[in-house]
Amino acid sequence: MKIDGKRAIWSEYQKDIEEDHYFYVRSCIRQNFFPGSEVAFLRIMRDVLKKDVYEHPCHTTCSGIGYHGDVVPVDTAMTVVARQFALMTEAGYKNYVPSCITSFGLYTEILETWHHFPEVEERVRKHLRNATGREFNIPGNLAHASDIIYKFRKEIAAKAKYTLVNKETGEPLKVVDHIGCHYSKMFPSKGVGGAEYPYVLAGMIEEWGGEVIDYPERRHCCGFGFRQYLVQANRGYSVACSREKFESMKPFKPDMILTNCPGCPMFLDRWQYVINEMEGTTYGQNGEGIPVFTYEELAGLVLGFDPWDLGLQMHQINVEPLLDKIGIEYSPEKKFSLNTDPAVSKVKHFAKAVY
Amino acid sequence: MENLFELLQKDIRFEEGLNACMNCGVCTAICPAAEFYDYDPRKITDIVQTRDDNAIMELLKSETIWYCGECMSCKTRCPRGNAPGLIIMALRGLSQDLGLFTESEKGRQQLAVKRTVGDSILNTGYCVYLDGITTALHPEQGPVWEWVQENREKLFERLGGNYKGDGPGILRKIPEETLDELKKIFEVTGGLERYEKIEYYSKLKAEEMDLDLDEGIDNEYFRQIYTYNNGCHTR
Repeated sequence: MKIDGKRAIWSEYQKDIEEDHYFYVRSCIRQNFFPGSEVAFLRIMRDVLKKDVYEHPCHTTCSGIGYHGDVVPVDTAMTVVARQFALMTEAGYKNYVPSCITSFGLYTEILETWHHFPEVEERVRKHLRNATGREFNIPGNLAHASDIIYKFRKEIAAKAKYTLVNKETGEPLKVVDHIGCHYSKMFPSKGVGGAEYPYVLAGMIEEWGGEVIDYPERRHCCGFGFRQYLVQANRGYSVACSREKFESMKPFKPDMILTNCPGCPMFLDRWQYVINEMEGTTYGQNGEGIPVFTYEELAGLVLGFDPWDLGLQMHQINVEPLLDKIGIEYSPEKKFSLNTDPAVSKVKHFAKAVY
Repeated sequence: MENLFELLQKDIRFEEGLNACMNCGVCTAICPAAEFYDYDPRKITDIVQTRDDNAIMELLKSETIWYCGECMSCKTRCPRGNAPGLIIMALRGLSQDLGLFTESEKGRQQLAVKRTVGDSILNTGYCVYLDGITTALHPEQGPVWEWVQENREKLFERLGGNYKGDGPGILRKIPEETLDELKKIFEVTGGLERYEKIEYYSKLKAEEMDLDLDEGIDNEYFRQIYTYNNGCHTR
């Protein structure tokens, strides 16, 4: 990768990310498919970095998948989001942190719309008042959860147990970064590094010892496409998009894929399984798939969290080849064990106690 | 009566998404849907800016407005600041409000989106919730998902979740009072009206197609719209 040009682009696109006191809202998809990632985020923020993160039990979906599935009208989506802002306001917070990229994109779109069309904001305030009696303040700072981990990437590196280095060769691991489309394609100035070459994940990879792979279809969509995946008859679109990315990245021999979107890691994981079933093709080395990770999973691994506490057993593509390359200790027998780990259980109870 | 272009202009996304298109085609060049489907966002943008009501009516009944994946790659690249993806969202909204979505195979799928994601929002407070994500509907989820589903209560406890529990946490039960607030929001903002229109026009189409349609997803019409593909949509 010609890094100088990228750095010039990255330097033009920086954003303010607050230091502490975050109002955290969860992701519908990630709670189902990557529960360990959201648990890891709170463990890292609260236990490792000693930050204040608040979660309101009455927050809901932002309705984003319904909005982009075109069954939820724009005024409805805006008012659901306004209710989330009201919960933040009532709880005394102003730094809003969504776990989901679809949500982040929707929040960004709504705030930009209100900025340019104040009459729309007024209409939504009336909607919310009529429906719930609630009032809200606009967040002082909006940052995606991956922005927060990016901000503290050096602190995480300072406490790291492992680096993204092949323990046999001493070479940096080759990492593909895949950014969710709605992170910055709509509003490039709202993402770290902009839209064409976002730096939010590349910054983590570099800081933790890996090497970022540049490849032709780097910014291509994973293929979620909302209705293009939600309806079975349309899923050819979804798998074709992922396949195009795999074919494009394969010559660069990636050791892993890193993502910051709810759907992307699931699709890039599951479609490798499907393509293997359909065509017998694998995209990793030695007949394996390419393991796919969320940024919290990777941060957790670097910090020495147990892989099975992070939920890596929920991946369809085996993660063990990557763990072995780094030299991460793990118990194969515990992979599918359902016994509750005391360390993780403590986080859950801590979350309850905060409320 | 307002013409179709004027109705589109009432949608804030149309106002945001359409400035002036010079037909350069960059949106089509970057579009993942245009690679896969017989789809051209440049043409759609050009059609709507002609303000030709007959042509817009054809779009509202067409397959083509349902091909976009709303990734918004077009927004990044358009040199004029247009967003064909937002124009598509306005067209899809109007197609549903006027009952024209059932004229196309892809448009009819809106009932499937409504009965899965749409109903989940109001019933659970989540767009998707574990119990409804089955390998029958999602075979691509693979054997690991069978294991997840079979062991979901213990697994989510093991990983620190709060599956169907009270208070905050992963997959917690959303309180009834909160669900009531969501329903009220849908009521005052037109969300429920949109859902009712999708149901109403789908019922008419099911009768026309002589397919059984009752509540839920286990009926002939749902299965047809969820799985049928005529094979003529791609390049």
